[in-house]
Amino acid sequence: MKSARSLVPATALVLSLGLSACGPDESSPSAANVTAGGQLGPASAPLIFDRRETLYVTGASWGPASSWNPFQPGGLANATGTIGNLYEFLFGYDPQKGELIPWLAEAGTWRDANTYELKLREGLTWSDGQPLTVADVRFTFELGRKYPALWFAPMWSYLTGITAPDDRRLVLTFKDPLYQDFASNLYNLPIVPEHLWRDRSEQEITTGANERPIGSGAYRYLSHAEDRNVWQRNDQWWGIGVFGWPAPKYLVDIRTTGNNVALGLMIRGELDLSNNFLPGVPELVRRGQIKTYSPGPPYMIPADTTVLYLNTRKGPLADSAFRRALAFAIDVPTIVNRAYGGLVVAASSGGLLPSLSRYDDHEVLMRLGYTYDPGRARQLLAAAGYRDRDGDGFVEAPDGARIALEATCPNGWTDWMAAIGVIASSAQAAGIDVRTAAPDYGAWNTALEGGTFDMTLNSAAPLSLTPWTLYSQLFNHPLRAQMQSGNFGRYDSPRIFELVDALARLPAADELGIKVATARIQTLMLTELPMIPLWYNGLWAQWRDSAWTNWPTAAAGTPKTLPTIWSGFWQLGGLQTLINLKPNQ
Amino acid sequence: MPRYFARKLLIYALTFVLAVTIDWLIPRFMPGDPIANMLARVSVNTNAAQVMHDYYAHVFGLDLPLWRQYLNFWGRLLQGDLGISLYLFPTPVTQVIARALPYDILLLVPAILLSWFAGNRFGALAARNRWLDNVVSPVAYLFTAMPYMWLAILLAWYLGLVLGILPIAGAYAFSLHPAWSAAFGLSLLQHWFLPFLSLFLVGFGGQAIGMRNLIIYELEADYARYLEALGAPQRLVRKHAFGNAMLPQITGLALALGVVVAGALVTEVVFSYPGIGSLLLAAIQRQDYFLIQGCFLFIIIGVLLGNFIVDIAYVVLDPRTRRGMTGEPA
Repeated sequence: MKSARSLVPATALVLSLGLSACGPDESSPSAANVTAGGQLGPASAPLIFDRRETLYVTGASWGPASSWNPFQPGGLANATGTIGNLYEFLFGYDPQKGELIPWLAEAGTWRDANTYELKLREGLTWSDGQPLTVADVRFTFELGRKYPALWFAPMWSYLTGITAPDDRRLVLTFKDPLYQDFASNLYNLPIVPEHLWRDRSEQEITTGANERPIGSGAYRYLSHAEDRNVWQRNDQWWGIGVFGWPAPKYLVDIRTTGNNVALGLMIRGELDLSNNFLPGVPELVRRGQIKTYSPGPPYMIPADTTVLYLNTRKGPLADSAFRRALAFAIDVPTIVNRAYGGLVVAASSGGLLPSLSRYDDHEVLMRLGYTYDPGRARQLLAAAGYRDRDGDGFVEAPDGARIALEATCPNGWTDWMAAIGVIASSAQAAGIDVRTAAPDYGAWNTALEGGTFDMTLNSAAPLSLTPWTLYSQLFNHPLRAQMQSGNFGRYDSPRIFELVDALARLPAADELGIKVATARIQTLMLTELPMIPLWYNGLWAQWRDSAWTNWPTAAAGTPKTLPTIWSGFWQLGGLQTLINLKPNQ
Repeated sequence: MPRYFARKLLIYALTFVLAVTIDWLIPRFMPGDPIANMLARVSVNTNAAQVMHDYYAHVFGLDLPLWRQYLNFWGRLLQGDLGISLYLFPTPVTQVIARALPYDILLLVPAILLSWFAGNRFGALAARNRWLDNVVSPVAYLFTAMPYMWLAILLAWYLGLVLGILPIAGAYAFSLHPAWSAAFGLSLLQHWFLPFLSLFLVGFGGQAIGMRNLIIYELEADYARYLEALGAPQRLVRKHAFGNAMLPQITGLALALGVVVAGALVTEVVFSYPGIGSLLLAAIQRQDYFLIQGCFLFIIIGVLLGNFIVDIAYVVLDPRTRRGMTGEPA
């Protein structure tokens, strides 16, 4: 994840900082408890945010906030909360329960195969007091029709129209709808106010910074600086009666430059929630210095799948037998235990997150799946004609060509750097010559999208409603010179592309159909292994409950929402986590 | 003298054009596609991705031939427009720099000046005081020889976490809203102190050792011996030695001030303090041509200005330069 890395690969220092600290605990800087009202909006900010009313968080942003445009590509990580807390969606999605949560929409139903009807809630308002109506929703959808550079514009290839028969209902008509894509847009397309956006130019809408944004959500923009963003609760939020009152009146999102800083702030009691990847979590949990979702491995909720993309146009990687041997050669248990200290879990061979495991075809996974088995890897290599001809300890191709491959990841992503080290050494142990390299992010990303890498790590498909999210990324098509959203290894298979397209056309309610389609994809994927899912990245989250309690945990009787501030996760339960919090009196 | 400065100015102007051209070229030689990096996290099908990529390439003028981009660059530069940052899209580069630069100036200028004054003073004293030399020099060597990052982390750990008397992150308390108040000013100062201290200690060590060695060298020089042999008072010998030893130190000071715009990367990272250093690093990692160009433009200007000031200072301070200008033998 973008937010998970630190620029400071000083793991040892981090630990020494954390473990020997015995600084003041509750002496956060807001000793004085002066609070002004601040009910009327952004202008009336208090001078000091009362510790008992403020939640301090870090781990989403990697730079100063620069845009509050909810349509900006890139996820708005630097102003997290812009989508979800400020701008809202028609639906939320609960990944633990696997269902959509009615949000701005009270209900949505497919009237027939090509007609979807939405019913908005009553009494929706923008934070400037204007009512939020069907006209706003229609306006937002139609922006995609007008401006092809908006990320949701492709929806209009199958959406034909949107009308509002009355002031609560919207009717969307389709031609050959991509149901899965549409379903994910329902909880990813932020609704903007027509009265403030109507007169904006195309350039303002696609590339504007949208400073001082007005939304409909539980928080409003208060201020930002180089190293923080401050959000203030919207006390007139329409959702208070429906979802409840978010406990923190202020949300201070801090940009920390490294693990040591995040941890230091937490130990000083100045930080409540950190969504950074912190090495040494097990030790910190054992000492009671931080808390996590579960008190033992894997500590975190699986959030996305780390996939080893193989360049299927390069040398031996074009051979599925070789790729299969490689899958058996990779020592995932060591990655999990040594590179991550047990913070992650090995992925299922099909790559789907545990929250979607009900769609897995377990027979296919048993029959075609892979586990770490170097003996099996050697056997598969030998059977496919890969032998060590020159006695250097590494196999050569059946035609005698030398094999030398490179496993890469971006420089500074310390956990992945450790992981590619394990990948290389375990592949070498099985007789495949794999070396590692960690270029700068930009160079790595260019090699990834341009297809010039041999094998590289990438995280695919965060928590989602449907297996289609993962498979549409893994088998992104048609193939182009630049692959931006997946299938970086250029695996070219019309059969599997057809299967993924067929899955895209299945209604979200057709569980059985999705299961069958998933089984077909997994069968082909595991026969060919064009990429190797390895482990699930965690939803890195560690907190202190000295100021706020009732955090979500795996234990019975506690909330089960996602403890995260990452952009794109507020609508997956991040906001409900804030609603559930209680001040620690 | 006017001819001397006219020639200097011409050289500076040529250097500026050349340096800015290199500044424009180098990011473009880096492997990588900045637009692709900017859009890296958008998940759409490949046809839509192509549409978005083309749209943003056009927004940034990166779809034009290189020579055209180069001309546009100069045209905009002369109007004071440095372009829009890709990394902090859609903020103009001038704004990115203007927001971060005050932190660097407030941190680095006092640290550089104070460590320079204190370091030179103590270094000069240490050069002729055995007792002081035995105390100051080892301490100074310790500060300069210690990896800066290690020193900074030690300071943050001891003063911030163990003693808990100083904050460890941010430009001011995270619980404060900026305001013209004593509490806010105090908080700014508190947060400034640790990063300042770390820079000061390292700077002090370097300057003190430099000055001490220079003075010892000058006191051993022929002219000092000669003065001594003539029976000149120690004060006079030391005055001349100090004057000569100051020359390289002034050059160092001007150049250090010239690169203030580059920020203090490690300081910013360790103390989570705002500034240009970390933005510049991120810009380089993501091929943000415009932010890289903008930062280096100011660095170039700073270095040239620093050099120019040194040129003037030498004319004032060093009689040999003055005589050289009028053609007299030095």
